Amino acid sequence: MPSDERPDQTRIVIPSDPMAVRQALQALFDHLMTGRMSADDRDTAQIVLAEALNNIVEHAYAQEPGEIEVIVELCASGLTCRIMDAGLPMPGGTLPQGVLAPMPSNDDLPEGGFGWHLIRTLSEDLHYRREDGRNLLTFRILAQQYPH
Amino acid sequence: MELDCTQTPDLMIIHVRETRIDAAGAIDFKDRMRELTAFNTLRVMLDLSKVTFIDSSGLGAVVAVRKALGPDRPLELAALTPAVEKVFRLTRMDSVFIIHPGVPVHAGGQRDAI
Repeated sequence: MPSDERPDQTRIVIPSDPMAVRQALQALFDHLMTGRMSADDRDTAQIVLAEALNNIVEHAYAQEPGEIEVIVELCASGLTCRIMDAGLPMPGGTLPQGVLAPMPSNDDLPEGGFGWHLIRTLSEDLHYRREDGRNLLTFRILAQQYPH
Repeated sequence: MELDCTQTPDLMIIHVRETRIDAAGAIDFKDRMRELTAFNTLRVMLDLSKVTFIDSSGLGAVVAVRKALGPDRPLELAALTPAVEKVFRLTRMDSVFIIHPGVPVHAGGQRDAI
């Protein structure tokens, strides 16, 4: 993926580890995208990517570790994201609905189940497919690209 | 997870000195909060002014801390940055927590780095 041919495209390959996810997100959003997207759009993109990557670490690679490949590209309408992994497929071959449960009493507030709700709420054109033993997740974050 | 603490006669303010509460730090955050709040029965306010990012694991950890404190000691949050506010709002957790716009200044408070 030669980055010199696609100046607005960034490719990152990380191990399936929460600290590697943190470092990749910091590299992308504290450095690369600073000054190229608004702070609000960067927050939105970082939330969606974090949830997608954490989900791969926790579920797709729950049994054995592996690599995650992330390709992000700034285009006129926002940030296009492609995430690939060679872990377990999505159960049922489809993405979770990510519907928030009704807010219960304080005693049994949910401590999880927010991830897919955040991804679905904040992303556009969300697609998943299994291809050659790999998971491919694609989505777009609407954003105003700053001139640079 | 670096947390430190300001104590007044009726309130314990725990300042998060990290910029992220995420999947890599959520368990550590819960453990440190449990240690810090075990010594007394004061109200607890979490100062999030330095935290510029939280993910769903971090949110789950904050909810877990609230539940561990029990119904008589509801966890209060203060000084949410925009990304943190967004995650609380989209998950409707902003309706569950008492959220203060800023951290109160207590002139007589004892400040202990922990």
